[in-house]
Amino acid sequence: MAKKISKKVDKKDIQKGPREIIRLKDVAKYYGWGHSLIKAVDAMNISVREGEFVSIMGPSGSGKSTSMNLVGTLDVPTKGKIYLDNEDISYLTESELAQIRGRKIGFIFQQFNLIPNLTALENVMLPMMFQGADEYERKKRATELLREIGLGPRTTHYPGQLSGGEQQRVAIARSLSNDPDVILADEPTGNLDSHTGELVLKFLNRLNDKGKTIVMITHDSSLALKHSDIIFWIRDGKLQKVTKKVGGKWKSIPRR
Amino acid sequence: MISDYFLLGFKNLKRRGIRSWLTLLGIFIGIATVVALISLGQGLQAAVNAQFGVSSTEVITIQAGGLTYGPPGSGVVNPLTTGDVDAIEKLDTVELAIARNMPTTKIEFNDIVNFGTSVSVPSGDDRDFVYEAMEIEPEAGRLLKDTDTQKVMLGYNFYSESTSFEKPIRPGNSIMLQDKEFDVVGITEKKGSFILDNVVYVNDAALEDLMDYGDEVDIVVAKVKHKELMDRAKEDIEDVLRQRRDVDKGEEDFTVETPEAAMETVNQVLAGVQIFVILIASISILVGAIGIVNTMTTSVIERKKEIGIMKAVGAKNSDVFMQFFVEAGLLGFIGGLAGIIMGLIIGFSGIIAINGFIGAEIKPVINLFLIFGALIGSFLIGSISGIIPAMRAAKQHPVEALRD
Repeated sequence: MAKKISKKVDKKDIQKGPREIIRLKDVAKYYGWGHSLIKAVDAMNISVREGEFVSIMGPSGSGKSTSMNLVGTLDVPTKGKIYLDNEDISYLTESELAQIRGRKIGFIFQQFNLIPNLTALENVMLPMMFQGADEYERKKRATELLREIGLGPRTTHYPGQLSGGEQQRVAIARSLSNDPDVILADEPTGNLDSHTGELVLKFLNRLNDKGKTIVMITHDSSLALKHSDIIFWIRDGKLQKVTKKVGGKWKSIPRR
Repeated sequence: MISDYFLLGFKNLKRRGIRSWLTLLGIFIGIATVVALISLGQGLQAAVNAQFGVSSTEVITIQAGGLTYGPPGSGVVNPLTTGDVDAIEKLDTVELAIARNMPTTKIEFNDIVNFGTSVSVPSGDDRDFVYEAMEIEPEAGRLLKDTDTQKVMLGYNFYSESTSFEKPIRPGNSIMLQDKEFDVVGITEKKGSFILDNVVYVNDAALEDLMDYGDEVDIVVAKVKHKELMDRAKEDIEDVLRQRRDVDKGEEDFTVETPEAAMETVNQVLAGVQIFVILIASISILVGAIGIVNTMTTSVIERKKEIGIMKAVGAKNSDVFMQFFVEAGLLGFIGGLAGIIMGLIIGFSGIIAINGFIGAEIKPVINLFLIFGALIGSFLIGSISGIIPAMRAAKQHPVEALRD
């Protein structure tokens, strides 16, 4: 369905190598106007390929959250183009973006963002509801995902009855419910103690090993260095450098 | 998919605070009023008809007009006469015409003096007709007979504990009527009418003897030969009385009333009351609808983050709209459902009370059309009230909503 509503990509924008899943091309996001114009993100070029574990790293106020919103199709750019799976999604309507987002991107938030009056199971079922899956199918998959993530006995618990780590695991299960290509994790360990945070990241690594593309937004360089393959370093809304782990060592690579 | 919105809606409503439920009071009161009123409708009509003594459908009541300060037909300037009664009886369309007098009399019992209405009871076949037309049955003792002299039959209220004579009058007791002693032979069944339950029934000859009303008649009751002849009989009676009383058409100093006309008057009064009550119910429902707009608007603000989450996991604007729209509808529906239950309880209790009061056996009717109509109506009121808040919810920008 998304293919029908999106524009075709420019051939010159397609790169060689593994399938490019996300591409931000000269993307800018400005807020306000005149003297109060804020350039949250400017001339941003990010490319994420299938199966990569990518971190977008930067201090507070660097524009990484805005970048995440743009990558996650939660927002549209002021300038530039965004491609998701080689489809130009830069200026689609909110509802068109919602459809694509629901199918292709799974979100994990720092605040877990579970709906408090839904059980763990119902929270995991929710994204499938918006994709039109029937209830039996939803229930089956949600139960399976929660069991895989070690929360089988907790399916009927409400978020308030779960620990922070358990809530984040429910959020991970939810992010996987529509079997998306990309998992977008915004400071996924920000509200967890280091031990639980480590467990959550191990889950993400395991998903990455199974072929899922992971994009993690973080301000913690040690996490980024430990778990990801590529890091996009951002400062003041601009991409500073791109580093890649090659043979266990980090090397700067050309911007792509 | 639509059932999912309902399920989610119920879940969301369950966690609502008392504040949200209080806003439903308007819908609750409005729907309860309408349902109670309609459920009571039949009972109310029967009760009012009983008060006016409207029962048989083949009887025309004639009385002289003008300002009166006593029972119907009494104390008028130009009363009806026995000659009028004879003339009416001679009409082709009329089977029989009966003169009824109902003077105010002095009644004494248990050393207490009161003034009340005595009603004449004719003799022979006319007596049977009066008993039949007025549906008079004995509650205690027996009905008056032609052979009774110095005997009376009393309305139900004389027999009850709350009689103004401080103790109930029973068959076998004696009362003083215009200072003459009369034996009580019977008590009539309760009619639920302030007039009929408070009268003293006296044989015509005895009452004439007592009050000396000569050839004056308070009311003429005419039995029509056929129900279908009702309108013609009414015209005939009007014609003959106009002639006898020498008045022109349109200037009649008498009234000829058919049961339909009496019913119509009663129904008009009832309709007036119903319109008034429905007007108040409508205002109540409007207040309820505004309450739902208010509570849903608050809900959209309170659940901004939830809207953001829904959008992040793939909810389209239309999904968010539907969620809030259905929730508002459910709020109205719940208010309506509670209102229907309360309305039916009031309606049924009212009918039981009316049955007890007038001794009728009106069966309460569950009007399914009314119930479904009220349920659908209250859902619609709720959902329509929720349109603007739901649109606001749908328009929330996901990034801003998630930032909340």
